[in-house]
Formats: sequence, C-alpha cells, structure tokens
Amino acid sequence: MQLITDNILALILFSPLLGGLIVMLLPSENKDLVRRAALALSLIPFILTLVAWFGFNASPEVDGFRFQQQVAWYPAINSSFHLGVDGLSLSMVLLTTLLAPAAILASFSVEEKIRSYMALFLALETGMLGVFLSLDLLLFFAFWELGLVPMYFLIDQWGSKTGERELWSGMKVSARRYASFKFMVYTMAGSLGLLLAIQMLGVVSGTFDMLALFQSWPGLTGSLFGLSVETVKAVAFWAFAIAFAIKVPVWPFHTWLPDAHTEAPTAGSMILAGVLLKLGAYGFLRLVLPLYPAEAEQYAPVLALLATAAIIFGALSAYGQTDFKRLVAYSSVNHMGFVVLGIAAAAFATGTESATIALNGAVLQMFNHGISSAAMFFLVGVIYERTHTRDLGAWGGLFPLVPVFGGLLIFSSMSSLGLPGLNGFVSEFLVVRGAWPIFTLFTALSMIGLFFTGAYILKGIASTLHGPLNEKWKGHLTDISRREVLVLVPLLVLMLWLGLWPAWLLSVINQAVVGLFG
Amino acid sequence: MIPYILSAIVFLPILAGAVLLFLPARNRQLIYRFALAVAFLAFLLSIVVYFNFDAAGPRYQFIEKYDWLPALGISYHVGVDGITAPLVLLTGVVIFTGVIISQRIDERPREFFAFLFILASGVFGVFVSLDLFALFFFYEIAVFPMYLLIALWGWKQTREYAAMKLTLYLFIGSVVALVGALAMYFASGLGTFDMLALEGANFSAEFQNFWFPFVFFGFAVLGGIFPFHNWSPDGHVAAPTAVSMFHAGVLMKLGAFAALRVGIMLLPIGAHTHLPWIIILTLVNVVYGAFIAMVQTDFKYMIGFSSVSHMGLVTMGFATLNYNGLVGASVQMVSHGVMTALFFAVVGMVYDQAHTREIPKLGGLIRFMPFAAVAFIIAGLVSMGMPGFSGFIAEFPIFMGLWAGGYPLIAILAIISIAVTAAYILRAVSRVFFGDLPAELEGHVHDIRPSEKLALGVLCLIMITVGVYPNIILPMVQSGVNAVLALLGGA
Amino acid sequence: MTTEILIWLIPLPPLLAFFLILLFTRRNHALSHTLGVGAAFLSWLLGMIVFLAAIGVEHLGEQPFTSSVGWLPLGSDVFSVGVLIDPLSAVTLFFVAWTVLMIFIYSIGYHNFGQPKGEHDVPGLPPHGANQHGHGVPSVEPMYARFFAFIALFAFGMFTLVVSDNLLTLFVGWEIMGLCSYLLIGFWYAKPSARAAAIKAFITTRVGDVFMLLGIVALYAATGTLNFRQILYSPELLQQLASTPSVIAGLSAAGLIGLLLFIGAVGKSAQWPLHVWLPDAMEGPTPVSAMIHAATMVSAGVYMVLRMFPLLSAGWEHGAPLNTTMTVMAFIGAFTALFAATIALTQKDIKRVLAYSTISQLGYMIAALGIGAYVAAAFHLVTHAFFKALLFLGSGSVIHGMEHGVLHTGEHIDPQDMFNMGGLRNRMPITFWTFLIGGLSLSGFPLITAGFWSKDEILADAFGNGHLLVFITLAVAALLTAFYTMRQITLTFLGAPRTQAAEHASESVRTMTAPLLVLAVFAIGAGWVGIPEHFPGLGGLLPGWFHEFVGGTLVANPEAVAFSIEPLLVSVGVALGGLTLGWLVYRKAAEADPLRKPLGAIYGLLENKYYFDELYDSLFVQPAKRLAEGFSYMFLDRQVIDGALHRVAQAGLSLGSIFRNYFDAPVVNGFGDLTGSLTQSFGRLLRKVQTGQVQQYLLFVALLAFGGLFYYLLSVLQ
Repeated sequence: MQLITDNILALILFSPLLGGLIVMLLPSENKDLVRRAALALSLIPFILTLVAWFGFNASPEVDGFRFQQQVAWYPAINSSFHLGVDGLSLSMVLLTTLLAPAAILASFSVEEKIRSYMALFLALETGMLGVFLSLDLLLFFAFWELGLVPMYFLIDQWGSKTGERELWSGMKVSARRYASFKFMVYTMAGSLGLLLAIQMLGVVSGTFDMLALFQSWPGLTGSLFGLSVETVKAVAFWAFAIAFAIKVPVWPFHTWLPDAHTEAPTAGSMILAGVLLKLGAYGFLRLVLPLYPAEAEQYAPVLALLATAAIIFGALSAYGQTDFKRLVAYSSVNHMGFVVLGIAAAAFATGTESATIALNGAVLQMFNHGISSAAMFFLVGVIYERTHTRDLGAWGGLFPLVPVFGGLLIFSSMSSLGLPGLNGFVSEFLVVRGAWPIFTLFTALSMIGLFFTGAYILKGIASTLHGPLNEKWKGHLTDISRREVLVLVPLLVLMLWLGLWPAWLLSVINQAVVGLFG
Repeated sequence: MIPYILSAIVFLPILAGAVLLFLPARNRQLIYRFALAVAFLAFLLSIVVYFNFDAAGPRYQFIEKYDWLPALGISYHVGVDGITAPLVLLTGVVIFTGVIISQRIDERPREFFAFLFILASGVFGVFVSLDLFALFFFYEIAVFPMYLLIALWGWKQTREYAAMKLTLYLFIGSVVALVGALAMYFASGLGTFDMLALEGANFSAEFQNFWFPFVFFGFAVLGGIFPFHNWSPDGHVAAPTAVSMFHAGVLMKLGAFAALRVGIMLLPIGAHTHLPWIIILTLVNVVYGAFIAMVQTDFKYMIGFSSVSHMGLVTMGFATLNYNGLVGASVQMVSHGVMTALFFAVVGMVYDQAHTREIPKLGGLIRFMPFAAVAFIIAGLVSMGMPGFSGFIAEFPIFMGLWAGGYPLIAILAIISIAVTAAYILRAVSRVFFGDLPAELEGHVHDIRPSEKLALGVLCLIMITVGVYPNIILPMVQSGVNAVLALLGGA
Repeated sequence: MTTEILIWLIPLPPLLAFFLILLFTRRNHALSHTLGVGAAFLSWLLGMIVFLAAIGVEHLGEQPFTSSVGWLPLGSDVFSVGVLIDPLSAVTLFFVAWTVLMIFIYSIGYHNFGQPKGEHDVPGLPPHGANQHGHGVPSVEPMYARFFAFIALFAFGMFTLVVSDNLLTLFVGWEIMGLCSYLLIGFWYAKPSARAAAIKAFITTRVGDVFMLLGIVALYAATGTLNFRQILYSPELLQQLASTPSVIAGLSAAGLIGLLLFIGAVGKSAQWPLHVWLPDAMEGPTPVSAMIHAATMVSAGVYMVLRMFPLLSAGWEHGAPLNTTMTVMAFIGAFTALFAATIALTQKDIKRVLAYSTISQLGYMIAALGIGAYVAAAFHLVTHAFFKALLFLGSGSVIHGMEHGVLHTGEHIDPQDMFNMGGLRNRMPITFWTFLIGGLSLSGFPLITAGFWSKDEILADAFGNGHLLVFITLAVAALLTAFYTMRQITLTFLGAPRTQAAEHASESVRTMTAPLLVLAVFAIGAGWVGIPEHFPGLGGLLPGWFHEFVGGTLVANPEAVAFSIEPLLVSVGVALGGLTLGWLVYRKAAEADPLRKPLGAIYGLLENKYYFDELYDSLFVQPAKRLAEGFSYMFLDRQVIDGALHRVAQAGLSLGSIFRNYFDAPVVNGFGDLTGSLTQSFGRLLRKVQTGQVQQYLLFVALLAFGGLFYYLLSVLQ
C-alpha cells in the first residue's frame, strides 16, 4: 500500500503501457479474452487515479504540486523524470483514465487485429497521461509526441474504410490515410517550433525542470543570440502557442480535426475529442501562461480573436454538414474555442477576479467537453455501426425504432449544447462571464457561435430521430445494446452530476487556478 | 581490464575470414554456421568491451601498444575511449546481424563472408587504433573489400558502376586525408604517428588552418558529407543487404569518426577556423538529403538518402564543437548505425521476396511479415526523432549544440528535416506495409526466419533501450566528449 | 419543517417523476400518469402551504423567505444559489401551482387514457382512433407515458424559475423549459410540421437567450452577484449602475444590462419581432399549448421582467419621463399588443386565435411594465394565466369533441377549423360555459370577470400617468380582443353546426371538464383581490389587497394611480363594443369569413401574419444556411485553409524533385561521373590490387602523399 501511494503517479502513468504489453502476449484468436483483459487493465489506472483523487487535499490553503516524484533520466542535458499533479492536471488525468475504459468498452465491436488495437489504445493512454503528469519540459515534449503514434495507426488502420480525398488535381488518396497522415505530420510540424523553443530554453536556462523554469525564465533579461530577450521570448511564445493552437485546435489550424475525427474509429474519435484536444489547452495553461506572462498578455487579443473565430466558424461549419460525425467534429472546434477564449481572457488580465473565473470556466469546459464529445462520438458510432452511413439525409424518424438510443442522443446533445442543468452550461457561463469584462466585443461575437450551436445540435437530432420514418430502416435497426448503454452511463451521470453540483470538481480546479494565477 | 581483448576483436574476424577460405565451398551450412559463430563471438567481445568500459576511469582503456615500424615511429597502439566503445559495440552488433541476414546469400558465400570479415576487422581496427598510420592501414582494409563485395555480389544493374564510384570517392578521400596526416607527421617533428603524442604537438595556427580541410574532408567523404555524398546512395542500392547494413551502419561512421579523431582532435585550431562554414554543408546534407529522400520511389534509395540526411546531423554535431553537439553526434552515430542497419535489413527482406524495390508496387506486407514491419516502423520512428527512441536522445542535444554554438538559424532550418523525414517514413510505411498486397505478389511473400527476427529484435532492443534509458550510453560518451573538449581548449 | 426547506422541495417532485417515468414506468400508462399527477399535486400542496405562509407574513417584501447554499467556488469567494419567496414569487407560485395541476389532470383525458390502442397508431403521430364494434372511437396516445415525463420536467423548470433567488438558476429553469417546449411542440415528431415548429420555437427563443446570457454575465461582472435581493434591494448599487456609462455610447450600464435581459423576455414571451414561433407551437398537443402559452413559459418572460423591474427602471422615479429601457419596453409591448390582435382577427384555427391573443396580452403586460405599472402588470399576469389556461384547455376540449365527431362520421375535415364548427353549445355545455367565461374574461367584460380588473388597471395607469399613445394603442387592442373573442365564441358554439362532425361532437370526459370548472372559478374570482380602493361602489368591499401585497415586493411600494372615470369608460366601452360587434358580424357566418370582402387586401395580409415567416426565411434562415455550408465549410475550410496546406505539401515534393533532378543528379553526380573516364585506369589498378599486391597500392599512396607534402613545403617556404 505504501509502495502504491508513494509512486502513485508513476503507476498511473505506466500501468496502461504495461497493460498494452500484457495484451500483446495474449492469444490473438481469443478475441473476447483480449477485449475483457484490455478493459480490466484499463480500469487499473482509473482506480489508481481515484486513489490519488481522494488523497488529494483540495483545501485552498495548500497549493503547488502533489505526489511529486523525480528520477534522473537524461542527466547529460539536465533533464529528469519528474512527475507531479495539481488540481489542473489531476482533473485532466481523471478525465483520461475515465474515458479510456469507456472507449475500450466501446471498441468491443472491433473485429480485426483486436489485439494490436487494444495495445495501441493503452499505449495511447500512457502517452496522454504523460503530458498531464510531466513536470519536466523535455519529458512533456516526449509524451506530447509519443501520443501521436498510436493515434496515427488507430486512424490509419481501423479508420473508416470508404471515402477518398483529392489533395490536388489528379492526386487522390483514401480518406483515412489522408486523415491520419494529416493528423500526424501537421501536428509534428506544428510541434517543431515547440521543440526548437524547448531546446533554446534548455540551453539558456541549463535545465528543463518546469518548476525551475517558472522561476528563472519569465524574469530573464539581457540579450540572447544577438537579439533582445524580449524578441526571443516573443518568438518562443509563438512557437509554443502555435504548437498548442494546432492541437486545441484554434482556427485556422483546425482543419486536421474534422478529417481525423471523421475517419477515426469510434473509440478513437472519443479519445481524440475527449482527451487529445485537451493536451493543447493544457499546454497553454501549464506552460505558456506561466512561462510567458508578459507575451501572453501582449498577444492575448490575437488569441481571443482566433478563439472567437473558432467558436463562430466552428459552429457554422458544423451547421453546414451533411455528415453527422463531421458535424460533431466541428462542434469540438466550437466548444474548444470557449476554452481558448477563457485562457486568452485570463492571460490578458492575470490576477483579476474575472481572470480567475475565466480560467475556472476554461478548465471545467475542458472536462465537460471531454465527456460530452466522447458521448456524442460514441452515439454517432452506434448508429453508424447499424446503418453504415453517417449521412444525415439517409436517416430520419428513427426514434420509434431506437427509443433508448434516441433518448440518450437527445440527452448528450443537450449537454453538448450547453443546456443549463447539465455540465456544459456551467463552464460556458463561467468563460463568458470571465471574458465579458476583458474582451467584451469578442464575447458578444462568440454568442453567434453559441446561437448556431443550438442550430446544429437540433439539426443533428431532427434529421436522425425526428420527421417521417425512413421505411428502409424498418426491421433493419436494433436499439442500442446493453454494453453500449454501459459505455454511456458513467458519462451521462457525470453530465448530470456536474450540471447540478459542479463544486466537487470546480473546487479542485479553482484551487489550482488560484494557486497558479491568483 | 581484460588483456588483449581489443586485439582479439580486431583480428578475430580477419583470421576467421582466412579460415573460411579453407572450408569446403559446397557445405553452405557449415560456412554459415561458422560465420555466424565468429560474428557472435565478435559481438560478445564487443559487449564485453562496452560493459567493462569504466566511464569514470582513464580516457583510453584496454590499451595495448607494440612497436611495428619503429624506424618510422609507427606502432600498433590500440585502446577505446568513451566515444569509440559504443562504436565498437555497434560494429559487433552489425556484423552479427549482418551475417544472419546474409544467410540468403547463395552464390559463393564462402568468399562473401571472408570479405565481410576483412571489412569488419578493418572497421574495428579504425575505431580502436591510437596510431595514425595504423588507423589508415585499417581504414583502407575496411574500404577495400567494399569494392569486391558490391562488384561481385551486388545488384546486377548497377554494381560495376556503383562499386567503382564508391571506391573512387573513398580512395581519393583517404589519399587526401593521408596527405594531411603525413604533413602532420613531418611537421610535428616528433617522428611518431602516435596520435596521443600528436595531440600534444600544438601545430602552428596556419599549419592547422591549411591542413584541416584536407584531413577533415578526406575522411568526411566516407561520412557522406555534401557535396561528396553521392557515392553512398548508389553504393547502398547496388550493395547486397548485409553490405548495405555495414556500409550505412558502420562505414559511414568510420568517416565521421576519423574526421573527428584525426581532423578535429589533432587540428583543433583548424577546426575552429573551418567548421563554422563547413556546418553549412552539413545543413545542406540534413535538409537536402531529407527532401530528396521524400521523392524517391525506390525503397532503398529512400533509405540511402535518409542516411545522407542523418549523417549530416553527425557531422553537424561535431561542427558545433561544443559539449551538447559532440554528445549528440556521438550518440547519433550509434543510433543511426543501428537504425539504418535495420532499415536495410528489412528492405533486403522485402526485396528478396517481392523482387522489387519500387514503393508504389508494394503494399500490405504487414500481414505476411508483421515482425519485420513492426521493426521497420520502430526504426522509422527513430529516424523521425520520435521521443522514447534513440533518435530523439541523439538529435535533441545536437540541436541544443546548435543553439549553444550560436547557430540558431541553422537549427531552425535543420529542424525542417524532421517533418520531411516524418513525411517520407510514414509514406513508405503505409505504402509498403499497409494497404492491400498487389496481385502480382500474391503467394510470393512469406514471413521472415526466426533468426532474422532475432537480428531485428536485437537492433530494436538497442534503439528502445537507449531511448528510454539514455544513461546506458551517456556517461561514457560524456567522458569521451570531455576529453575532446579538453583538446579543443575547453571550447 | 421550516418553510425554507419546503420551498427547496417544491420543484423536486416533478423532476423525480420525470426520471422515474422515463427509466421505469414508460410501459405502464396508469402508473406513469399517477406519478406525473402525483408529483404535480405534491408541488401544488407544497406551493399552497408556502403561499399561505407567505401571505401570513407582515411586510413579506422586507423579510422574504430565503435560503441558499454555495454552488461554485470561484477564486476566494463562492457563488451561491438558493430559493426566495417574496410577494411576487408567492403569487406567481400560486397561479403556476394551480394551472400546472389542472393541466396535468386534463392531460389524462386529453390523451384518451383508458381508450383502446389504435390499429394504425405509431409513436410520433397523433392517435388516428381505434375501431370499436363498427365505428371509430378515439384511441390512446402511443407515447402516453412520455408525455407525462416531459410535462413533469417542464413543471420542474417552471417551479425552479419561480423559487430561485438569483438570475442564474432562474435561467436554468428558463432553459429547461425551452428544451421541454422543444420536446413537447415536437411531441408528434413524425409530423414534419411539428418538427419544424419545434426547431423554430427553440431557435427563435435562443436568439433571446444568448442576449439574456450576455445580460446575466454583464450584470454579474458589474455587481459581482446575481442574487435578486443583493442587486435589486440596494438602491445605491442600482443608482451607480444607472450612472456608469456602458460600452455602448449613450447607454448606462443598467440600461445595457436591462435591454439585454429584456431581449431574452422578448424571445420567451413571444413579443414582436421574435413572436413568430408561438403560433406554430400550436403543433403540440393542446395541454402543451396551455402549459407553454398560458401558465408557464411565456409568463416566465414577463415574470423575469417583473423580477428585474428595479434594474430596468433604475434611474426612473414615478412620474418622471421613462428611461431608455422602459421606452423600448413600452413601445414593443404596446405595438405587439395591437399587432398580434390584428392577426388574431383572421385566423381560422381555434388554437391559433388564442396563440395570437396570448402574444397580444403579453404585450399588454410588457407595455404596462414599460410605463411603470408594476402591480398592474403582475395582476394581469395572474389573471391572464388563469383565463388563458382555461381558454386553451377549453379549445382542446372543443377539438377533442370535434375529433370524436370526425371519427364518428368519417368526414375528412380539420377539427380545429372554427368554420367547421358551430352550435357546439348544445353538444358540449360545460365546455361552452367555461369557455364563455374565459372569453369574457379575456375581453374584459366589466365588473365580474378577472380580465376586466387587471386590464382596466393597466389602462388607468397608462392614462393616469399621461402615456396617451400607449393608452390609445392598448384601448384599440382591447377592442380587437373583444371582437375576435366573440368571433371565436360565435363561430364555435353559437349558431347551427356547419358540419356533420360538429353535429356529432360530444362533451369531453370528466378529467377534462373538471379542470375547466376550477379554472373558470379563478377566471372570475382572481380579479376581485385587485379591485382599486376608490372604485365607485365595489371599491373598499374588497380592499386592493393585491396591490398592497405585490407592491411590497419593491423597496418603495408604488402608490396606486388615482381613480379617474375616463379610462374606466373606455375599457368598459371597448369591451362591450367589441363583443357586440363580434356577435353581429359572425352570428350568420357560413364557410366564408364575412370580413374577407370588406377588408380586401388587408385581410390577406393579416391572414398571412404580415408575411413575417417568409420575410425571416429569406432574410435570415437561407443566408445562414449558405453562410454555414458555402462559405464557412466549403470555401474557408476546404478551399482556403486545406488548399494552402496541400500547396505546402506539393511545394515540398517539388522542392525534393528539383533538388534531385536539377542539382543532385546532373551537378553533384556529374562531378562524380566525370571522373568515370578515369575509372578505367583506376579500374586496372584496382584489379591489380585485388590480386593482393597491397605494397604497390601503398607505394602509390605514398607517392601521392609526398606530392602533397612537397606542395606544402613550398607553401611554407614562401
């Protein structure tokens, strides 16, 4: 027991990877065994997270990072294996370890190469957890990049089989290859600047330890490489910002997302939307704001502008879709826009009450969007598995055939729409409240996005469930199965619980926010 | 300290090669078994050397020294330092895996293995010798069998041309370098070829500035430095698999290492003078090589040019002349050696079965050779500098070196290569191993042998171990690098 | 148990019922409606207890029932939410509790509980009726249980809204009702018209909602709280808000916040220009119409405006010229009142007439608030809730009766079209009398009906405070109201049946008629609590309790407007005049509307609701679709952004091939192959070397080396 509590973070971090290896050792022909084992193994990190969660003291007095752990890793360049959590990362870890089992349960319908699929999935979980847990810049980057690999293969190998995409005249590729390639190379290329900036920080500060960097870097003055530190910092800021902006994604860096989400297998999309996008926002909160307070403040309006664009165009593009999955994908652009808006507002007016509220909202929104988008993607997957189409025009009036599915779809849609009483509303309200005094115009404009959120959500519901029944599905459509309901139940419960009583999560987040930026 | 171990490593292969020639040519099994046994032994010895090297200990270890041609001040003087110890291990690994992969060689295997072993001896010799003349001696021994191996066992279409081209480049290079070396010998007035002695010869600045380019480029040609890189892709493509592995995996390191050992370490002032512009050539290597690799449709050419690009990082690391850069470059030599050996091994396996190297004509191979595919993917991740693998561990400090050396612009331009690399690796992976198997290949493709899996497994293991636990190699590399820095005047 | 705890409990039973029905009892009709009605009854009971407790308290305005808990820990402090019962919420609670309960009971009968299942009935469509021994009878609603679940959730929303002590939870209830109205208007979702209407309702109100959300955050940002008491009962805070300028020039912070909030109310209470959704909402089952358009949702808008009145009127004293917000309200309200009344004149559908009359009546209240007639507005809100609920349920009963007739005769006619009715007073007496009461109350029949007192008070206030324009507009609207009400009554109940179905229509079951009777009582009696002090004769018999009580909600109890005879005469005149006219025009009406000829083009204009739907469609809906699909997705994302990315990829590739084909191969390689000529000679040499003559080779190397050395020595010498 002592052993567990002492290395809790390392255990959380590596238990999925270990699980993946174990899965690889199982006999590939016994699919059920593989599935069950993967599910069981994915529950271990979740349980460990709960242990950490309840061992975590959220009273406003204590702040800083808990459960810290530091081991020499790459002493040659002063980089160490340094883990630790605060309220911010812990809530993200909880989200990750919660969604992973759900996603794995959702993938029970995967038939081909199930073993490698599950192994990759668990590896992916470790990659994402690493980003949230690292307190070392190099380690952060390492996991940041590592997360891409499994997701690339998940999309490329288990993605939707149909569809083509024309890059330029005469150059056609299969949709999933296009999507996976775009996802990987775009994100990697976007991270090159981050990589350079990290190297530069390392060279200048002689360490990669975040806690040390938070102390030394922002206050640095003088000149570097023949440029004033201000210039260098400004460039480095953008290097960081763009890498994270692509991941979030902030408009106009978002076009990889609809492709990746649409082509990915259901569980892949769940994790993509649920957790992967959060990595970008987390990067902003964990690194950009603390390392570049001045630059962040200086360029916050630009960021806010892009966020607003993401909110508006995300919602519009979602409304303009005929492909249900793509619609949901664009909804992510729209929702993550609010996260970035909150972050930008906070960056612009650090320390003010509004900033605190905005940040609370942003982090809560990350969590909420994680849950609701995962649920939405899963539901789209459920209907896709049964009808083998994602075309909104192909359904219609399915409600009588799949009443339970319909109910769940409406429920999740409402959470994603931000219906008061469910989780999404609280966070959006807080972001808008926080941003209003700081970026009044942008906040006002973002309401356009909020309005169209309603439009596309209803479009989705109306063209699947409502309207005259499309006779061709009569008798060909079974309602959502017990396993599939089981996937959703924890998510739905959280949606309601967070809507009615957000304090249990918000108190943890708030403590971190106050501690970091208060 | 194990006595004579280095000599054992150096001479074991060549003796084995001699013995091979007396084995009955018909008995392929015996020949292969014998070769494998010898290679394994060499591998073991190199491991022994590696793990007995004491990073905290003296600079050179396992030293042996005997007079050879005392009149000329030539001695047989060997020893390993923190930089060469890993290279010795690398050579051991590559010879071992190379022999395994060569099991498929069916025309005159006896001679093939004999030459391969001569080659190996040469390589070991260069890495361990502390005597300038001996270094050259082994250098030529190493370069030399390449010609025959390619010309006799290579790919029919281009082997003559490629072999000739390769030999010419390397030969001319080595001659140019030798001229520089002799100049040092005479100018030092110490009447010795012993490098440890020459290190202390403190040549005049103008001498160094004049001769440094001779020595450096003379060797760097073998390191594939731009614009003298062209022999290498052609050579790779023509060479039989095991030779390509050796060639890219070890031989190119030979060039880079010699350029460091003889050029930078003996002529530090010259290095300081010239490397700031040479680094631009290395930049060209890195970026240009990557871009060309991206448009290759021949699988082997792609890997060949990727080697050009990655070797550019090695010389680039050296060129920074600072701690980070040198550490990175030294690790990169090992990392790239293992990685590219694996690449060529897999390419060879694919070619043996599909009889084509045209990437568009391949596909879906993962279903038939999953192990090879996964290994290739791992190597691919290494080459795109993916964290958690040796490539990242190696490349990251090189770039830090650029920043520390005050070459931010170079760093920014060079980093582009990572994205390009990712692009062509992913393209190759998804074209060759994923998708559907072309109809004409139906039934021609089978899984690889267990022994081959073992070979690939060993290579992957190294890349992952170094990536996850860099400390397995870094302390000794650091000790080696510190010695170099001392020579460079603490630069 | 303290009253506060009871208040907390009021909204919960319906919520519980919602989940229980959906999760467990969907299959069992009886159990489901028992749960639903039971929940409504519990809430009603709690509501009544709280109400009685409330009216028992002296100066409830100063010491209301409040209780709150911390909800959102933000920074160093905590945002807390809670319940509040002050005079305004008390009276609202009263009428909401009653109407909700009635509507729940009514729904049992309306959805044909106990009737057989229809052979062709499918979920998502209204029951087609079943065939029982030869002739058609009504069949039970296929989604019977679901209906009760939805209205239960709806009730939860409304109760939450009423009891909440802050704008945020009010908004929560507000939006939950929005969802429910969406679900209930689209209850028969398989009907494309219903689906469209549901979406229209949700989207149109959402326009208001996003503005309201901005108003809420602006208020929160400006005051640091959303608690009603803390904001509305600190005059200095309001004064400060009224004096600080906002981001919009010429508008005080209070003004901006007020307007933003008011737009929310415009959406919810279907005021012009966001009125378009309400008539279409008639696609829902009738109890829903009553629920949405009488008791709850639309009242919520007015309730919110009443709640925030101190803020909206910040900086305005009684008798002073109106501030911006109030002027806007007065204008929109008055205009809507008239505008909607004119449309109501020409509607055929019995429910649509009521829908437009609702819009018009809500306009009354908004206008009243605009001119500062706080109590009058609240009063009209209460009375209207009762008589409009009565009218809707009555019309439902009529439709039900007509459907019965249609099933019986098998005619293919629209059972909601008033021109297919007539003479129903004999077939369905209870419905007739109750409907008549409701109608008279709506048209403000003097003295006895509740509508008269509330409407009269508004007119009196408008007149007394010299808002003549408003006064006249509202008076005209009142005239029209009386007219179309009588038109409706005449066409429906009086005269002779125009169709077979009308002849065979039958009175509705007791579960439907009982609520009518109860509501009818209120439609009359609710007015007597608000008779002005100085009213000739009646004044003083029942002192103006309502005014005293509700007026107490405000910090300063507004003094009642002095009694004057002119407005009284006007209101009596328009009411009676309108009724008489209506009867005269329609008593002989056949299939065609007698007004069509005299009004000519105007009639068409009114019949088509001034073409607002078409206008909005071409002005907003279509452009929005093009913007979304054409511009944002196809152009921006696919063409511009992805296009750029693809160009980059293309450029990379071509760069690679340029390197290879134009530099590497010809130049660099060329340099290599140029030495190819030498190759032969070296070849010979190399072949020698192969033969093992290493010495020769070394010798050759040495020669070269010495050459180099010689060159070096020269360079040194000079």
